Amino acid sequence: MKIKIDVNNTEHELAVEANTLLVTVLREHLQLTGAHVGCDTSQCGACTVHLDGRAVKSCAVLALQVADSKVVTIEGIGEVDNLHPMQSAFREYHALQCGFCTPGMIMQAIDLVTHEENLDREKIRQGLEGNLCRCTGYHNIVSAIESVVDKA
Amino acid sequence: MYSFDYHKPAVLDQALDLFKSADDPIFLAGGMTLIPTMKQRLAAPTDVIDLSGLDELRGIALSDRVLSIGALTTHNEVASHPLVAQHLPVLAQLAATIGDNQVRNRGTIGGSIANSDPAADYPAALIGLGGVVVTQSRSIAGDDFFLDLFETALHPCELITRIDFPLPDRAAYAKFRNQASGYAVVGALVADFQGKIRVGITGAGPCACRAIGIENELMQNLSIDVLDHVEVPDAGFNSDIHASAEYRAHLVKVLTKRALKQVLDQNS
Repeated sequence: MKIKIDVNNTEHELAVEANTLLVTVLREHLQLTGAHVGCDTSQCGACTVHLDGRAVKSCAVLALQVADSKVVTIEGIGEVDNLHPMQSAFREYHALQCGFCTPGMIMQAIDLVTHEENLDREKIRQGLEGNLCRCTGYHNIVSAIESVVDKA
Repeated sequence: MYSFDYHKPAVLDQALDLFKSADDPIFLAGGMTLIPTMKQRLAAPTDVIDLSGLDELRGIALSDRVLSIGALTTHNEVASHPLVAQHLPVLAQLAATIGDNQVRNRGTIGGSIANSDPAADYPAALIGLGGVVVTQSRSIAGDDFFLDLFETALHPCELITRIDFPLPDRAAYAKFRNQASGYAVVGALVADFQGKIRVGITGAGPCACRAIGIENELMQNLSIDVLDHVEVPDAGFNSDIHASAEYRAHLVKVLTKRALKQVLDQNS
Protein backbone atom coordinates (compact mmCIF):
# COMPACT_ATOMS: atom_id res chain seq x y z
CA MET A 1 0.00 0.00 0.00
CA LYS A 2 1.16 3.54 -0.68
CA ILE A 3 1.26 5.95 2.22
CA LYS A 4 2.28 9.51 2.85
CA ILE A 5 4.16 9.85 6.07
CA ASP A 6 5.40 13.03 7.74
CA VAL A 7 8.71 12.42 9.47
CA ASN A 8 10.70 15.29 10.98
CA ASN A 9 8.56 17.80 9.04
CA THR A 10 9.29 16.17 5.69
CA GLU A 11 6.58 14.31 3.82
CA HIS A 12 7.58 11.01 2.25
CA GLU A 13 5.56 8.85 -0.10
CA LEU A 14 6.34 5.20 0.37
CA ALA A 15 5.05 1.78 -0.59
CA VAL A 16 4.79 -0.50 2.45
CA GLU A 17 3.27 -3.85 3.32
CA ALA A 18 0.43 -3.86 5.84
CA ASN A 19 2.63 -5.69 8.33
CA THR A 20 5.51 -3.19 8.11
CA LEU A 21 6.28 -1.57 11.45
CA LEU A 22 6.91 2.14 11.88
CA VAL A 23 10.45 1.43 13.13
CA THR A 24 11.17 -0.54 9.96
CA VAL A 25 10.04 2.34 7.77
CA LEU A 26 12.20 4.76 9.75
CA ARG A 27 15.33 2.63 9.73
CA GLU A 28 15.17 0.77 6.42
CA HIS A 29 13.11 2.98 4.10
CA LEU A 30 14.20 6.39 5.37
CA GLN A 31 17.64 5.46 6.76
CA LEU A 32 16.81 7.17 10.05
CA THR A 33 18.67 4.70 12.23
CA GLY A 34 18.48 6.68 15.47
CA ALA A 35 15.43 4.74 16.62
CA HIS A 36 16.99 1.45 17.73
CA VAL A 37 15.50 -2.03 17.81
CA GLY A 38 16.63 -3.29 21.20
CA CYS A 39 14.20 -6.03 22.06
CA ASP A 40 11.55 -6.09 19.31
CA THR A 41 9.02 -7.17 21.95
CA SER A 42 7.92 -3.67 23.05
CA GLN A 43 9.78 -3.84 26.35
CA CYS A 44 12.94 -1.77 26.03
CA GLY A 45 11.89 1.60 24.60
CA ALA A 46 15.03 2.05 22.46
CA CYS A 47 12.75 2.61 19.44
CA THR A 48 10.82 5.46 21.10
CA VAL A 49 9.79 8.30 18.77
CA HIS A 50 7.15 11.02 18.98
CA LEU A 51 3.81 10.43 17.27
CA ASP A 52 1.75 13.62 17.23
CA GLY A 53 3.87 14.91 20.08
CA ARG A 54 3.71 11.88 22.37
CA ALA A 55 6.30 9.17 23.01
CA VAL A 56 5.46 5.79 21.49
CA LYS A 57 7.40 2.61 20.83
CA SER A 58 7.79 2.54 17.06
CA CYS A 59 8.16 -1.27 17.09
CA ALA A 60 4.55 -1.52 18.32
CA VAL A 61 2.97 0.73 15.70
CA LEU A 62 2.15 -0.23 12.12
CA ALA A 63 3.47 2.16 9.49
CA LEU A 64 -0.03 2.42 8.02
CA GLN A 65 -1.36 3.65 11.36
CA VAL A 66 0.68 6.87 11.15
CA ALA A 67 -0.45 7.94 7.67
CA ASP A 68 -2.19 11.05 8.95
CA SER A 69 0.20 11.77 11.82
CA LYS A 70 3.42 13.62 12.44
CA VAL A 71 6.42 11.53 13.46
CA VAL A 72 9.52 13.05 15.05
CA THR A 73 12.65 10.98 15.62
CA ILE A 74 15.87 11.71 17.46
CA GLU A 75 17.24 13.02 14.13
CA GLY A 76 14.51 15.67 14.08
CA ILE A 77 15.05 17.41 17.42
CA GLY A 78 18.50 19.01 17.03
CA GLU A 79 21.62 19.42 14.92
CA VAL A 80 25.20 18.46 15.77
CA ASP A 81 26.01 22.16 16.20
CA ASN A 82 22.68 23.01 17.78
CA LEU A 83 21.64 20.26 20.16
CA HIS A 84 18.20 20.01 21.74
CA PRO A 85 18.45 21.04 25.43
CA MET A 86 17.78 17.42 26.43
CA GLN A 87 20.64 16.21 24.23
CA SER A 88 22.94 18.82 25.77
CA ALA A 89 21.89 17.75 29.25
CA PHE A 90 22.60 14.08 28.49
CA ARG A 91 26.09 15.10 27.30
CA GLU A 92 26.73 17.42 30.23
CA TYR A 93 25.66 14.85 32.85
CA HIS A 94 27.32 11.90 31.09
CA ALA A 95 23.91 10.22 30.95
CA LEU A 96 25.05 7.46 28.62
CA GLN A 97 27.70 4.83 28.36
CA CYS A 98 27.17 2.57 25.35
CA GLY A 99 24.51 4.91 23.98
CA PHE A 100 22.17 2.27 22.62
CA CYS A 101 19.19 3.31 24.73
CA THR A 102 19.97 7.03 24.50
CA PRO A 103 17.74 8.07 21.54
CA GLY A 104 14.73 6.41 23.16
CA MET A 105 15.61 7.86 26.56
CA ILE A 106 15.83 11.36 25.13
CA MET A 107 12.55 11.12 23.24
CA GLN A 108 10.84 9.78 26.35
CA ALA A 109 12.45 12.46 28.53
CA ILE A 110 11.16 15.22 26.24
CA ASP A 111 7.64 13.75 26.47
CA LEU A 112 7.93 13.72 30.28
CA VAL A 113 9.12 17.29 30.73
CA THR A 114 6.53 18.50 28.21
CA HIS A 115 3.50 16.72 29.70
CA GLU A 116 4.19 15.94 33.36
CA GLU A 117 3.90 18.52 36.10
CA ASN A 118 6.04 18.73 39.23
CA LEU A 119 8.63 16.27 37.99
CA ASP A 120 11.02 15.20 40.74
CA ARG A 121 13.61 12.43 40.71
CA GLU A 122 11.07 9.82 41.78
CA LYS A 123 8.59 10.82 39.08
CA ILE A 124 11.35 10.91 36.47
CA ARG A 125 12.32 7.36 37.42
CA GLN A 126 8.70 6.25 37.14
CA GLY A 127 8.43 8.06 33.82
CA LEU A 128 11.36 6.07 32.47
CA GLU A 129 9.75 2.70 33.21
CA GLY A 130 9.30 2.05 29.51
CA ASN A 131 13.00 2.55 28.73
CA LEU A 132 15.68 0.08 29.72
CA CYS A 133 19.34 1.00 30.13
CA ARG A 134 21.83 -1.78 30.81
CA CYS A 135 24.89 0.35 31.66
CA THR A 136 24.32 3.60 33.50
CA GLY A 137 22.18 2.51 36.41
CA TYR A 138 19.90 5.42 35.39
CA HIS A 139 21.41 7.79 37.94
CA ASN A 140 22.95 10.24 35.48
CA ILE A 141 19.96 9.96 33.13
CA VAL A 142 17.70 11.09 35.96
CA SER A 143 20.12 13.93 36.78
CA ALA A 144 20.21 15.09 33.16
CA ILE A 145 16.41 15.19 32.91
CA GLU A 146 16.16 16.90 36.29
CA SER A 147 18.51 19.63 35.08
CA VAL A 148 16.22 20.33 32.11
CA VAL A 149 13.20 20.48 34.45
CA ASP A 150 15.06 22.91 36.71
CA LYS A 151 15.97 25.19 33.80
CA ALA A 152 12.42 25.27 32.42
CA MET B 1 4.17 -10.92 11.69
CA TYR B 2 2.09 -12.75 9.08
CA SER B 3 0.60 -10.69 6.28
CA PHE B 4 -2.91 -9.29 6.49
CA ASP B 5 -5.12 -6.69 4.86
CA TYR B 6 -5.31 -3.34 6.64
CA HIS B 7 -8.45 -1.20 6.70
CA LYS B 8 -9.08 2.17 8.25
CA PRO B 9 -12.82 2.88 8.14
CA ALA B 10 -14.11 6.41 8.68
CA VAL B 11 -17.44 5.50 10.29
CA LEU B 12 -18.68 2.77 12.63
CA ASP B 13 -21.02 1.09 10.13
CA GLN B 14 -18.18 0.75 7.66
CA ALA B 15 -16.03 -0.91 10.34
CA LEU B 16 -18.79 -3.42 11.06
CA ASP B 17 -19.33 -4.16 7.35
CA LEU B 18 -15.62 -4.76 6.87
CA PHE B 19 -15.61 -7.11 9.83
CA LYS B 20 -18.58 -9.11 8.51
CA SER B 21 -17.09 -9.54 5.04
CA ALA B 22 -13.64 -10.73 6.18
CA ASP B 23 -12.49 -14.29 6.93
CA ASP B 24 -10.76 -13.83 10.26
CA PRO B 25 -10.84 -10.13 11.11
CA ILE B 26 -9.81 -8.27 14.24
CA PHE B 27 -10.39 -4.73 15.44
CA LEU B 28 -7.29 -2.64 16.20
CA ALA B 29 -7.54 0.12 18.82
CA GLY B 30 -4.26 1.19 20.45
CA GLY B 31 -2.59 -2.07 19.48
CA MET B 32 -0.49 -2.32 22.64
CA THR B 33 -1.47 -5.97 23.09
CA LEU B 34 -2.52 -6.87 19.56
CA ILE B 35 0.59 -5.78 17.65
CA PRO B 36 3.12 -7.51 19.95
CA THR B 37 0.86 -10.59 19.87
CA MET B 38 0.82 -10.56 16.07
CA LYS B 39 4.59 -10.05 15.98
CA GLN B 40 4.97 -13.22 18.05
CA ARG B 41 2.59 -14.95 15.62
CA LEU B 42 0.23 -15.75 18.46
CA ALA B 43 -2.46 -13.98 16.45
CA ALA B 44 -2.74 -14.14 12.67
CA PRO B 45 -5.85 -12.27 11.54
CA THR B 46 -6.59 -12.00 7.82
CA ASP B 47 -7.86 -8.45 8.19
CA VAL B 48 -6.94 -5.73 10.68
CA ILE B 49 -9.59 -3.03 11.03
CA ASP B 50 -8.02 0.09 12.51
CA LEU B 51 -10.60 1.97 14.57
CA SER B 52 -8.57 5.15 15.00
CA GLY B 53 -10.59 7.03 12.39
CA LEU B 54 -13.86 6.58 14.29
CA ASP B 55 -14.29 9.84 16.15
CA GLU B 56 -17.61 8.63 17.56
CA LEU B 57 -15.57 6.36 19.87
CA ARG B 58 -13.73 9.31 21.44
CA GLY B 59 -14.52 11.82 24.13
CA ILE B 60 -15.22 12.06 27.84
CA ALA B 61 -18.58 13.42 29.04
CA LEU B 62 -20.44 13.78 32.33
CA SER B 63 -24.20 13.59 32.69
CA ASP B 64 -26.45 12.74 35.61
CA ARG B 65 -23.67 11.38 37.83
CA VAL B 66 -22.38 9.07 35.10
CA LEU B 67 -18.98 9.60 33.51
CA SER B 68 -18.88 8.28 29.94
CA ILE B 69 -15.51 7.50 28.42
CA GLY B 70 -15.17 6.80 24.70
CA ALA B 71 -13.64 3.44 23.87
CA LEU B 72 -10.66 4.97 22.05
CA THR B 73 -9.62 7.20 24.96
CA THR B 74 -5.99 6.51 25.81
CA HIS B 75 -4.80 5.72 29.33
CA ASN B 76 -2.88 9.01 29.50
CA GLU B 77 -5.98 10.94 28.38
CA VAL B 78 -7.97 9.34 31.21
CA ALA B 79 -5.10 9.99 33.66
CA SER B 80 -4.92 13.70 32.79
CA HIS B 81 -8.49 14.69 31.85
CA PRO B 82 -9.96 17.36 34.16
CA LEU B 83 -13.44 15.75 34.23
CA VAL B 84 -11.95 12.46 35.40
CA ALA B 85 -9.71 14.16 37.94
CA GLN B 86 -12.66 16.07 39.38
CA HIS B 87 -15.41 13.44 39.35
CA LEU B 88 -13.72 10.04 39.28
CA PRO B 89 -10.15 10.54 40.52
CA VAL B 90 -9.77 6.83 41.26
CA LEU B 91 -9.94 6.13 37.53
CA ALA B 92 -7.30 8.75 36.74
CA GLN B 93 -5.02 7.24 39.37
CA LEU B 94 -5.61 3.74 38.06
CA ALA B 95 -4.93 4.75 34.46
CA ALA B 96 -1.65 6.37 35.49
CA THR B 97 -0.38 3.01 36.79
CA ILE B 98 -0.97 1.07 33.56
CA GLY B 99 2.13 -0.18 31.75
CA ASP B 100 4.60 2.58 30.92
CA ASN B 101 4.30 6.07 29.45
CA GLN B 102 4.59 4.93 25.84
CA VAL B 103 1.88 2.31 26.39
CA ARG B 104 -0.36 4.89 28.10
CA ASN B 105 0.02 7.15 25.07
CA ARG B 106 -1.37 4.48 22.73
CA GLY B 107 -3.38 1.94 24.73
CA THR B 108 -7.13 2.53 25.05
CA ILE B 109 -9.76 1.81 27.68
CA GLY B 110 -11.98 -0.01 25.17
CA GLY B 111 -9.13 -2.18 23.97
CA SER B 112 -8.11 -3.08 27.50
CA ILE B 113 -11.62 -4.04 28.54
CA ALA B 114 -12.37 -5.96 25.34
CA ASN B 115 -9.15 -7.96 25.78
CA SER B 116 -10.00 -9.18 29.30
CA ASP B 117 -6.36 -9.74 30.22
CA PRO B 118 -6.46 -11.33 33.69
CA ALA B 119 -3.84 -8.85 34.95
CA ALA B 120 -5.17 -5.64 33.36
CA ASP B 121 -6.23 -2.73 35.58
CA TYR B 122 -9.36 -1.33 33.93
CA PRO B 123 -11.39 -4.53 34.48
CA ALA B 124 -11.11 -3.94 38.25
CA ALA B 125 -12.60 -0.49 37.69
CA LEU B 126 -15.42 -1.72 35.48
CA ILE B 127 -16.37 -4.30 38.13
CA GLY B 128 -15.64 -2.26 41.24
CA LEU B 129 -17.48 0.81 40.02
CA GLY B 130 -20.39 -1.13 38.55
CA GLY B 131 -19.75 0.34 35.12
CA VAL B 132 -21.63 -0.44 31.94
CA VAL B 133 -20.07 -1.41 28.61
CA VAL B 134 -21.94 0.21 25.74
CA THR B 135 -21.62 -1.36 22.27
CA GLN B 136 -23.14 -0.44 18.92
CA SER B 137 -26.20 -2.54 19.75
CA ARG B 138 -26.65 -2.87 23.55
CA SER B 139 -25.47 -2.12 27.06
CA ILE B 140 -23.72 -4.84 29.07
CA ALA B 141 -23.41 -4.59 32.86
CA GLY B 142 -19.78 -4.78 33.96
CA ASP B 143 -20.75 -7.62 36.32
CA ASP B 144 -21.79 -9.72 33.29
CA PHE B 145 -18.99 -8.70 30.95
CA PHE B 146 -15.90 -10.75 31.82
CA LEU B 147 -16.44 -14.46 31.23
CA ASP B 148 -12.99 -16.06 31.38
CA LEU B 149 -9.34 -15.67 30.39
CA PHE B 150 -9.43 -13.25 27.42
CA GLU B 151 -13.14 -13.98 27.03
CA THR B 152 -15.94 -11.45 27.31
CA ALA B 153 -19.66 -11.23 26.62
CA LEU B 154 -18.94 -9.39 23.35
CA HIS B 155 -20.20 -11.07 20.18
CA PRO B 156 -17.65 -11.48 17.36
CA CYS B 157 -18.79 -8.37 15.46
CA GLU B 158 -19.61 -6.31 18.53
CA LEU B 159 -17.63 -3.16 19.21
CA ILE B 160 -17.36 -1.23 22.47
CA THR B 161 -18.26 2.40 21.83
CA ARG B 162 -17.97 3.74 25.38
CA ILE B 163 -17.87 2.79 29.04
CA ASP B 164 -20.28 4.43 31.50
CA PHE B 165 -19.10 4.75 35.09
CA PRO B 166 -21.54 5.73 37.84
CA LEU B 167 -19.85 8.08 40.30
CA PRO B 168 -19.22 6.64 43.78
CA ASP B 169 -19.14 8.76 46.93
CA ARG B 170 -15.60 7.58 47.42
CA ALA B 171 -13.35 4.94 45.90
CA ALA B 172 -9.72 3.81 45.76
CA TYR B 173 -7.58 1.35 43.84
CA ALA B 174 -4.61 -0.54 45.27
CA LYS B 175 -2.36 -2.65 43.12
CA PHE B 176 0.58 -4.99 43.59
CA ARG B 177 2.47 -4.09 40.47
CA ASN B 178 4.70 -6.47 38.58
CA GLN B 179 7.91 -4.50 38.42
CA ALA B 180 8.85 -5.55 34.91
CA SER B 181 5.53 -5.32 33.09
CA GLY B 182 3.49 -2.91 35.19
CA TYR B 183 0.61 -5.39 35.14
CA ALA B 184 -1.31 -6.07 38.35
CA VAL B 185 -0.26 -9.27 40.10
CA VAL B 186 -3.45 -8.42 42.00
CA GLY B 187 -5.43 -5.18 42.05
CA ALA B 188 -8.41 -4.23 44.22
CA LEU B 189 -10.83 -1.39 43.64
CA VAL B 190 -13.11 -0.54 46.58
CA ALA B 191 -16.03 1.83 46.02
CA ASP B 192 -18.67 3.22 48.35
CA PHE B 193 -22.05 4.10 46.83
CA GLN B 194 -24.01 5.51 49.78
CA GLY B 195 -23.09 2.59 51.99
CA LYS B 196 -23.31 -0.02 49.26
CA ILE B 197 -19.76 -1.33 48.94
CA ARG B 198 -18.38 -2.83 45.77
CA VAL B 199 -15.01 -4.59 45.51
CA GLY B 200 -13.56 -5.34 42.08
CA ILE B 201 -10.56 -7.67 41.89
CA THR B 202 -8.19 -8.14 38.97
CA GLY B 203 -5.11 -10.35 38.59
CA ALA B 204 -6.25 -13.08 40.97
CA GLY B 205 -8.37 -15.32 38.76
CA PRO B 206 -8.82 -15.93 35.03
CA CYS B 207 -10.73 -12.65 34.70
CA ALA B 208 -11.74 -9.74 36.88
CA CYS B 209 -14.50 -10.43 39.39
CA ARG B 210 -16.35 -9.05 42.39
CA ALA B 211 -15.35 -10.09 45.88
CA ILE B 212 -18.91 -10.66 47.05
CA GLY B 213 -17.96 -12.22 50.38
CA ILE B 214 -15.78 -9.25 51.27
CA GLU B 215 -18.46 -6.80 50.10
CA ASN B 216 -21.04 -8.42 52.40
CA GLU B 217 -18.72 -8.26 55.40
CA LEU B 218 -17.90 -4.61 54.70
CA MET B 219 -21.55 -3.64 54.32
CA GLN B 220 -22.18 -4.94 57.83
CA ASN B 221 -19.10 -3.34 59.29
CA LEU B 222 -17.09 -0.91 57.18
CA SER B 223 -13.72 -1.38 58.85
CA ILE B 224 -10.31 -2.71 57.98
CA ASP B 225 -10.27 -5.09 60.95
CA VAL B 226 -13.26 -7.02 59.67
CA LEU B 227 -11.13 -8.23 56.76
CA ASP B 228 -8.82 -10.08 59.16
CA HIS B 229 -11.55 -12.65 59.68
CA VAL B 230 -12.52 -13.07 56.03
CA GLU B 231 -11.35 -16.24 54.30
CA VAL B 232 -10.29 -15.78 50.68
CA PRO B 233 -10.18 -19.24 49.06
CA ASP B 234 -7.55 -19.60 46.33
CA ALA B 235 -9.48 -22.18 44.30
CA GLY B 236 -9.35 -21.26 40.62
CA PHE B 237 -6.80 -18.48 41.16
CA ASN B 238 -3.88 -18.06 38.78
CA SER B 239 -0.56 -19.61 39.66
CA ASP B 240 2.49 -18.65 37.59
CA ILE B 241 6.10 -17.48 37.84
CA HIS B 242 4.93 -14.19 39.37
CA ALA B 243 2.82 -15.55 42.23
CA SER B 244 1.17 -18.71 43.50
CA ALA B 245 -2.60 -18.95 43.86
CA GLU B 246 -2.15 -18.95 47.63
CA TYR B 247 -0.11 -15.75 47.51
CA ARG B 248 -2.65 -14.11 45.21
CA ALA B 249 -5.42 -14.95 47.70
CA HIS B 250 -3.31 -13.27 50.38
CA LEU B 251 -2.83 -10.24 48.14
CA VAL B 252 -6.59 -9.92 47.57
CA LYS B 253 -6.99 -9.33 51.28
CA VAL B 254 -3.97 -7.04 51.66
CA LEU B 255 -4.84 -4.88 48.66
CA THR B 256 -8.50 -4.65 49.60
CA LYS B 257 -7.34 -3.39 53.01
CA ARG B 258 -5.04 -0.83 51.40
CA ALA B 259 -7.78 0.41 49.08
CA LEU B 260 -10.28 0.46 51.94
CA LYS B 261 -7.90 2.49 54.09
CA GLN B 262 -7.71 5.11 51.33
CA VAL B 263 -11.51 5.05 51.00
CA LEU B 264 -11.99 5.55 54.73
CA ASP B 265 -9.48 8.43 54.67
CA GLN B 266 -11.60 10.25 52.10
CA ASN B 267 -14.58 12.34 53.14
CA SER B 268 -17.74 10.79 51.75
